[in-house]
Parts: sequence; structure tokens; C-alpha cells
Amino acid sequence: MTESVIHVEGLGKRYRVGERERYFALRDVLARAFSAPFKRNGVRRSKDYIWALRDVSLDVHQGEVVGLIGRNGAGKTTLLKLLSRITRPTTGFAEIHGRVGSLLEVGTGFHPELTGRENIYLSGAILGMSRVEIDRKMDAIVAFAEVERFLSSPLKFYSTGMQMRLAFAVAAHLEPEILLVDEVLAVGDLEFQKKCLGKMQEVSRSGRTIVFVSHQMGQMRRLCERVIWIDGGQIREQGRAGEIIAKYESASLQPDAAVAGEARCFLSWSIAGKGNIVTDDAQDLSFRFNLFLPEAISQGHFGMAILNESSAVLTGWGFDNIDIPAGSQEIVLRIPSLPLKPGGYSISCSIYNRGNNLTGGQLVEQWYALPPLIVDTKPVAHPQDRWAGVLNIPAVFQVLTK
Amino acid sequence: MSIVTHNTGLGAPTVPIVRITPPARWWVVPMRELWDFRELVYFFVWRDVKIRYKQTAIGAAWAVLQPLLTMLIFSLFFGRLAHIPSEGLPYPIFYYSALLPWMYFAAALQNATNTIVENQRVITKVYFPRLALPLASVLSGLVDFAVSFAMFVVLMVYYGIRPTPALLWFPAFILLAILTALGVGLWLSALNALYRDVRYVLPFLVQFWLFASPVAYPASLVPQKWRWLYGLNPMAGVIEGVRWSLTGHTNPPGRLIFVSTAAVLVLLASGLAYFQKVETTVADVV
Repeated sequence: MTESVIHVEGLGKRYRVGERERYFALRDVLARAFSAPFKRNGVRRSKDYIWALRDVSLDVHQGEVVGLIGRNGAGKTTLLKLLSRITRPTTGFAEIHGRVGSLLEVGTGFHPELTGRENIYLSGAILGMSRVEIDRKMDAIVAFAEVERFLSSPLKFYSTGMQMRLAFAVAAHLEPEILLVDEVLAVGDLEFQKKCLGKMQEVSRSGRTIVFVSHQMGQMRRLCERVIWIDGGQIREQGRAGEIIAKYESASLQPDAAVAGEARCFLSWSIAGKGNIVTDDAQDLSFRFNLFLPEAISQGHFGMAILNESSAVLTGWGFDNIDIPAGSQEIVLRIPSLPLKPGGYSISCSIYNRGNNLTGGQLVEQWYALPPLIVDTKPVAHPQDRWAGVLNIPAVFQVLTK
Repeated sequence: MSIVTHNTGLGAPTVPIVRITPPARWWVVPMRELWDFRELVYFFVWRDVKIRYKQTAIGAAWAVLQPLLTMLIFSLFFGRLAHIPSEGLPYPIFYYSALLPWMYFAAALQNATNTIVENQRVITKVYFPRLALPLASVLSGLVDFAVSFAMFVVLMVYYGIRPTPALLWFPAFILLAILTALGVGLWLSALNALYRDVRYVLPFLVQFWLFASPVAYPASLVPQKWRWLYGLNPMAGVIEGVRWSLTGHTNPPGRLIFVSTAAVLVLLASGLAYFQKVETTVADVV
């Protein structure tokens, strides 16, 4: 039996409402002092606070690859931030045996004015590498990122893809005993993603411990032995990856018994009246969303996007000034055709109340981990993968002789 | 509890055990940890200097031009027109020797004030002792200081002033300047993280402080019985000290320096404590 390298007991993190979003200006402090001069300092109403994480206890053993899953805002990132010491807990404690490398963002510390090489040093140092270590790994990092020719140009001249590759290459060469990773594999093209996943598997085989967050359940299944499902700041369930992911996926489809009591926004969807699969014989192409709203939406916004496996948005729709009554409702989005290449796609939806994301509307809910859209039509585009692209548009070939 | 360690490239034989708990002992300065992260401090300094010189057309020349032009203006208005006493020194030497530590101090305050806010992305994404940021921002000004010091050497040669044994004290006064900048910088960087108003206050603070320091005039203008009070401004001790150690002509700062040193120690201790206290929540509010 291996020993536990991360031991967490009763860990909790409480934020003051709004604290994460903004700093205070002095005038706010003054305004607060004037508006409530008789309120005793230090005694605050409990509704001013939210618990991002509450009473979490867990153990991670050496060499384990553990996945954290859960809806947005469930507390996964907060847990990673606590374990990596970016923020301090309100209650409880955690004990970490070994050096921790945290990868909560790709390209931490990059500066556009510095050259590729300079950024490797800077980012490497910020992530915890020593200068000697970076010197030694420089060639490997550069080869991994495939940026040899641009090493002396400032980062601002790099394409986004190149920046991502460089950033991940630095991170991938971190060699801490414990690696904490947050949803960073969702960047870059598919080819590079595969390379990154390979690197992570290599890291885990070498006996290091990895804790990581992802919304891509496919990645989770491939990489993790054990999955911890976090819901509402608490551990809802943990166990073998396949089992927990299946439970999580079915729970995000419908409101299950555990949460039916509390009024929570949920959404399920189908297309062409056939679950989540589009076939050639589909007659009426429409997305149907079954929605439960605890509160009515007025002058709100509904947005939906279709994304490919590398999280690139292929198409999206946004509808403003919509009104939806509270309770169980159905939304229908009718489209003339869906010319996507056969394969799996993810869809993402969001709903805002009183405006949209740009006009200061209030985000009611956002769904990332909806069941995938499966397109099971006959490929009519180029037979070779690299030329087929993402669209499946039928074409007729003709030679007109003069 | 023992664990088999893997070769991490650092060759460390022991596995560090970190206990993460709610914030408690904010008055304990993590010296050991700061030492472990000394390379990061170096990289922050290196980054600040590189970026400052890359983003400007004439780069390092600014480090000379700023004190040089200020010195010319001071020599003309305060010296030639207002006839402020310069204790027997040529005006250019009198002013430039004071502007050396002053410009360093003013720039260090500027950098330190903004350092937490400018690095907020990094702060919210990765852990390192946050003290590394104000420390680096105060140290990076030393590069400009060295460049502008070279100009001072030219002036000394031009006016034929030979250094005296007082020069041996010079490093001590520079250390005092660094500690002053750090003490004030810690307060300002932490305050600015919480209240962005600080950056608007800063220009006034720096200007006020300039007049409260013996840059444009000698400290001997201050009545003898108030001189000790004047020393509560640590920059008074620093500037008088630097001027004396570089030229050997003016009076040594005397008791002023003891008051200034005491003031610096208070500033530094309180700055460290306040910074540490804010540090525990800085990633949540910045």
C-alpha cells in the first residue's frame, strides 16, 4: 500500500460575496462606514458569505492520477487553489508531502515583450524550476513546442497556437512530485492535445501524483484511475473513474433524487427527436431543450454553441430579449441543416437574465458537460481525414466540355 | 513518515512536508522560504529591467537623462537664481549626488506600489512567497541606479573632486536607501492591492517627500533643534549620508543617521507585518 501524499481534513473556504470579482475602492469602505455606522464591525450576516468549499476530506496516494469533476462553480478550482497554496483555507487543513507544481493556466507569467527563450526562463522560474533545471531542459522544451525558429523573436509575434505550445511545453517539463492541473488540456489543436495527454501519461507512469480537473469526460476516463465528484463545495461521491463519471453524466441529464428537493436550474436536450444522435434520415432538425427554471427569465439571453473535440467553437447562436416563465419549459431551436462531419461534438449552453453577458445580464446557468452531439451521417466530404475539415457539405462533380 | 523520492533534478534528499492551514501567524516572516525562492526574485528583477529597457526607444539612457536634466533645472533655479547654499560644492555635484538616491527611491516606490496589481494574473495562478514581488521591484531599480552612478563619476572627474575615505560608508547608505524603499514599498504594495486609490495618492506623496528631503537644499538649513525630528524621514539620513560619503565635503550626517535608521527599522517591521497580513487574502481580492 502506498502512502498518502495529499491528506486533506475538513477543508473549507469561505468567500465574502463578490470578493473574488472585485477589489475595494476606498469609497466603498467609506460608503459602508457611513451607510451602516451602527453595525458592529466583525459581525456580518451569514448571507454575505458563500462557502466555495466545505468540509472536504480526502487522501491521494503516491503515483495516483485523480480527476476532479463537477459543475462549474462546484469548487474544483478552489480545491486546487487551496492545495497549491494560492489561497488559504478558512477551516480545516491539508498536508502535502512533496514538491507541488500547479498548472492552473497555460502560460503563467508570459510577457509579450520578451523573446521565446526569455519567456521559457521566466515561466519556468515562476512555476518552480531552478535556472540550472531550465538550462538542462531548454532543448527538450523547445523541441516539444516546435518553436526552434522563433526562439529569439518576442512572444507578441507568435500565433496563439505557438504561444499555447510553448506554454504547455514549459509546464510539461515541470517535474514536481505532485502535479495539480486545471482544465489546461482543452487548448491547442487536436494533434497537440494528444501530445500533451501522452506527456501526462508518461509523468504518471514515472510515479508522480497528478490531480486534475477537466470537463472532458473522455480525457478523464483515459487518464484517471479514481475520480472525485464535487458538488456544491462538497464531495458528492468518489471511486473508480468509469463508475463515477457515468453517474455524473446521468445526473447532469436530469434532476435526480438527491437534488430534486432544491429548486435548481437544469437542462437536457435532444435533436431531431432522437436523443443526441443525428442520422441521415432525420426529417426535422431541431434542438429541443427541456429546462427547469427556479425563476422566470425576462428580457434575458439564451446562447448555445457547438464545439469540436479541441474545444473550437464551430457555430453558435445567441438570442436576446427572451422571456421564459419559471418551472419546466421547452425551448426549440430549429435549423435547416447540420453539415458537420460525422463524429462527436460537445455543446455548451448558457442562460442569462435581464440582459446578456455584454449588457450586464445575470448569468443564471452555464452548461459545459452536456451529453455530446453525435453526428452519424454518411461522410460526403473528402475521404482523407486531413482534407475533410469540419464541415460535411454534399457536392456534385461535373465536367463541362466545350 | 518516509517516502521514496524521485529524481527531481534538484537532487533534494528530503521530501518537504507542507501543512496548509487557515492564516494565523502573519507576523512570522518566511525567511527560509524566501531564500528557497531567491532565483525567482532574480528572475523578477531580470524581467523588470529587460522590459523597461525594451519598451523604451533609448532604454538605459533614461537612467542618466532623468537625474541629469533634473540636476540642470535644480542648479539653474535653486542654485543660480535662489542662491540656496550648497556647502561649498559645485551645484551639479551637490544636486546630482542627492538625486542619485532620491530617483532610486521614487522609482522603487512607483514599482512597488503597482507590483501586486500588475502581477495579479500570476498571483492568482501559482504560489510563491508574495514578498518576492515587492522585494524584486525594489531591487530592480538598482540597475538604473548603477547606470546613473556612472554619470556621477564623470561629473566628479570633470569638477576634479577626489573621493575621500568617507566613500567607505557609501554602501551602508545605499543599503539604508534600499531598506527605506522596501519598508515604504511593502506598505504601498499591500495597500494598493486593497485600495486602488493608492496609485493616485502616490505622485503627491513622492512630491511632498521630495520637499521634505534635503535634495534641493542642505539639511543644515533645518534649525539644529529640529534636526532629530527631520531624521524621522529616513531619506533625510540617506541623502545627507550619500552626499557626504561621495564628496567628503559636506558635514557627516551625525545623529541624523541614527534617527533615520531607527525610523527605517520601524517602517520595515510594520511594513512586513502588514504585507504578510494582506498576503493571506491577496489572491482572493486582487
